[in-house]
Amino acid sequence: MKSLAELQAIKDKMKSKVVLREGAEAIRVVVGMATCGISAGARPVLAAFVEGVNEAGLAEKVTVSQTGCVGMCQYEPIVEVYEAGKEKVTYVEMTADKAKKVIEEHLKGGKVVTEYTIAASKA
Amino acid sequence: MKELSLNILDVTENSVKAGATLTQIIITEKSRKMTIVIKDNGCGMNAEILKGVTDPFYTTRTTRKVGMGLPLLKMAAEMSGGKMTVASISVDDDKQNHGTTVTAEFDMDNIDFTPLGDIIATITTLIQGHPDTDFEFCHETEKGIVKLETLMLRELLEDVPLSSYEVIKWIEEYLREQYESLG
Repeated sequence: MKSLAELQAIKDKMKSKVVLREGAEAIRVVVGMATCGISAGARPVLAAFVEGVNEAGLAEKVTVSQTGCVGMCQYEPIVEVYEAGKEKVTYVEMTADKAKKVIEEHLKGGKVVTEYTIAASKA
Repeated sequence: MKELSLNILDVTENSVKAGATLTQIIITEKSRKMTIVIKDNGCGMNAEILKGVTDPFYTTRTTRKVGMGLPLLKMAAEMSGGKMTVASISVDDDKQNHGTTVTAEFDMDNIDFTPLGDIIATITTLIQGHPDTDFEFCHETEKGIVKLETLMLRELLEDVPLSSYEVIKWIEEYLREQYESLG
């Protein structure tokens, strides 16, 4: 059974990490979680990013957060990737599987998955 | 929405946006009736706004004027032969006891009853997205109770954020084990 003692151990481990992590995050992944996003399947997309970023060992570099409606409901689930010094990348009609590819190729490899972007979707 | 847990996620986002420091999500299943209560201590709404809130063309959002969260939950409840009510006290009317309570009732045997779905994912998503506000979750069925209070976890974790991956995974497992023990 999960115990509070286990959570205590997580805290002790995390505390030593908190200091190291400050200011180290360079990429921000933002998932739209308004009515439109949620009904289009944003919840598993968010979960895939939270899980995948960690599995890929990118936790120090990437934060995953949530936002409201960005005003393009027909393209939901929408995921935006912000990186200092680079233009924002908007991924549309995302799924958990597409998230895996974005983590591998974009967040890890530094190469935008053009086929999932809004530009590709509109073309 | 394909799952009621998605409606819960969506409606609870409103509570957080209303500045709630504590939002309670209480699900009760008894004699094949399900009641979902989402109760917050946010800024509340005055009587005029409250009247329009289940109207699909009402929203507080300024980007566009259509808000579908509560109308969708209401529809899901009514489709199953149940109903949804919203009670609210505006902070302007009562500085102490303000907040909003959404109550939705469902007939679980109705063919149009939407299943609850992955409620654990809804809870972890809420905590991941809003690690600085508190949630109380309680799901009571005839087999027993599943419970989680973030305030208690927050006190134990001190300044480690509730949105930390390890903490979210712990919460997920903690809830899963509680559900498994209900059988």
